[in-house]
Amino acid sequence: MKVQVRYFASVREALSSSGEAVETRAETLAALRDELIARGGAYATALARGKAVRMALDQAMSDEAAALSEGCEVAFFPPVTGG
Amino acid sequence: MSLARVSIQTNDFDLSQEVAALRAGDKRVGAVCSFVGTVRDRNDGSSVSSMELEHYPGMTEKAIEAMIDEAHRRFDILGARVIHRVGLLQPEDQIMMVAVVSAHRGQSFEACEFLMDYLKTQAPFWKKEQTPEGARWVDARVADDAALARWGISAPNA
Repeated sequence: MKVQVRYFASVREALSSSGEAVETRAETLAALRDELIARGGAYATALARGKAVRMALDQAMSDEAAALSEGCEVAFFPPVTGG
Repeated sequence: MSLARVSIQTNDFDLSQEVAALRAGDKRVGAVCSFVGTVRDRNDGSSVSSMELEHYPGMTEKAIEAMIDEAHRRFDILGARVIHRVGLLQPEDQIMMVAVVSAHRGQSFEACEFLMDYLKTQAPFWKKEQTPEGARWVDARVADDAALARWGISAPNA
């Protein structure tokens, strides 16, 4: 399926990308993160396991078990620091 | 027409005007509680010359709207307004405000703090500071997660 992926803040900078359309077989956010890590390079570093990466699915904070669906919007970003 | 509850904007705001609008025409209101966050010139041991605020357009508004809905469920409040600025800010600039109105002060004090604790850890904003050592992203604080946990919400951010 195709999903829209967005990157913010330090993740966006590390990847030099604010987002991309990704064709994936991943069924969950966790699996999609693993697919992106498997690209290596900046992706492996920015999204590395053990690194504080927060995720949103269709613009709501989500945990990694959340299921993806065709056309959904996924975002990866560092812990938030507003206020 | 009801007023917007959430605004994300680059321009500054006037707390007095916002509070006046929030309580205008509502004779039930007996208490207003507000919080304004401002840019400090020091953070984590470095001087800060400016700050850039990034957010996730769309999600930001939804997240804060949901927080205000939750505040209405939890507290006996009559209205709430959140404004958060984005873009480039300088020390002394206002970053954001929360204002809550209620009949009695207890509920608006609590709701204001609840909204701040929620926003600090769950709204998609990111601060980047300019310091003499270079630009750096501000780290999230574990203390802010603990503050949210007081309300019975476990959603660790830091």
